[in-house]
Amino acid sequence: MTKGNGDGRAREAAEAVARTSYGKLVAFLAARTRDVAAAEDALSEAFAAALAEWPVKGCPSNPEAWLMTVARRRLIDGARHVRVHEDATDDLRLIAESLDTIRDDGAMPDQRLALLFACAHPAIDAAVRAPLMLQVVLGLDAKAIASAFLTSPDAMAKRLVRAKQKIREAGIPFRIPEREELPARIGSVLDAIYAAFAEGWTDPAGTDAARRDLAEEALFLARLAAELLPDEAEALGLLALVLYAESRRRARRDAAGNFVPLDAQDPLAWDIAMIEEAEALLRHACALGAIGRYQLEAAVQSAHVARCRSGQADWPAVVELYDALLVLTRSPVVAINRALAIAETQGTEAAIAALPDADERLGRYQPYWAARAELLARSGALAQAHDAYELAIGLESDDAIRRFLQQRQAAL
Amino acid sequence: MQYLFLLYANEGGWDQLTDAQKQQGMAAYTAYTQALRKEGVLVGSNRLKPIADATTVHIADGKSQVLDGPYADTKEQLGGYYLVEVPDLDAALAWAARCPGASHGTIEVRPVWPTQNA
Repeated sequence: MTKGNGDGRAREAAEAVARTSYGKLVAFLAARTRDVAAAEDALSEAFAAALAEWPVKGCPSNPEAWLMTVARRRLIDGARHVRVHEDATDDLRLIAESLDTIRDDGAMPDQRLALLFACAHPAIDAAVRAPLMLQVVLGLDAKAIASAFLTSPDAMAKRLVRAKQKIREAGIPFRIPEREELPARIGSVLDAIYAAFAEGWTDPAGTDAARRDLAEEALFLARLAAELLPDEAEALGLLALVLYAESRRRARRDAAGNFVPLDAQDPLAWDIAMIEEAEALLRHACALGAIGRYQLEAAVQSAHVARCRSGQADWPAVVELYDALLVLTRSPVVAINRALAIAETQGTEAAIAALPDADERLGRYQPYWAARAELLARSGALAQAHDAYELAIGLESDDAIRRFLQQRQAAL
Repeated sequence: MQYLFLLYANEGGWDQLTDAQKQQGMAAYTAYTQALRKEGVLVGSNRLKPIADATTVHIADGKSQVLDGPYADTKEQLGGYYLVEVPDLDAALAWAARCPGASHGTIEVRPVWPTQNA
């Protein structure tokens, strides 16, 4: 065996265990001390040690346990030497205590759910929850996260450091909330995962690698949440919603890279396996009898993809679902989509009447002006439609969508 | 961990209450303090006199500057505190939410810097 091969194998093994175990290891190492940054540092040293040692001595039979042991040793050394000014005995005691939770077969308890709840704690700034999860559960670096969230790497790194400090210093627990507070707390975990997905979704062409990966990472988080909370209808609803959206990723562009709107997409280009998985999840979620935003949004997607089977989207169902969503969320974005659905069932006049007025926020929101332009064009108000398209074009950052809007405007 | 609850409220609000309402308010605080004590989480607590009785001191260029009034003129004023000992922030927040001050004002929950001899 050449050294090159050994290196490659060791790297592959380390990458595989990083993918599946990173969050588990961070959660385990930080659960007692609440010091996420120290756990991450210790873990990255353990990975470096693995890359040095595995090619020579071979991969250990249980790489996860190997990494955990090395990282824990680093953590103890760190508590002894680096923090001499502070009282390290508490940390050492807590690290020792965490040993007691390892089972006889060497497996460590999966505390990732508790870690997710810590990241999405109400005491953590809502805007940093999604980035924080991506970093501590999946090991993404601040640079990749910053790029996906259109923030400077420096600013993102600072916000992440501050959030980890808050967890440690304010004593935010790694704990799954009690039954009665669970519904409220789950919402912020799911919202953060959805925010991560939405950031990744805004690059439909998949040209920006950081964003495309982010959608995949968010899908991983949504799967994790559904797996860890199998009886929570909204966790299943979110996974279904993300799967419906992912199933159409390829269909959003034609071969020439042009934007293809939903109603013009070829159902044959959709990922049927993902759609079937989403449908099964949604049925299971509905059976749990706790309706919520993500299940409703997933149900809207389900009504759209009904076109796979019947050749036509189920528009009356879409309108009804948006009615319910609007009551639940009062979101102007929902109101826009509802108006577009009403155009299919009750005609253009009713749809225009259902559009919300442009406030300061909606005024800067491209899909609002695109929807208004589309409806005005259908009603024959061509001059107004032209102006609305002009605003939409000016607000769009995606070149393919900009071209699409320009074509629509030119066709008036 | 120890947490300090800083109770902020509009001082003027208290004066506008009827005597019966004031009595009810005091009784609510007494009950809350008792609950904290019974659970063994209370380290200390006090109600503060109004900001009209406050004085600030600051040393500049070796000279002390003493001024009448509070440190900052704010819409809501610091009116009292509780110092509690609980396992984590969630436990602290649960106790802070039960404090009558959370209903008629705002409570800032601050972790206390641990010391060697705590």
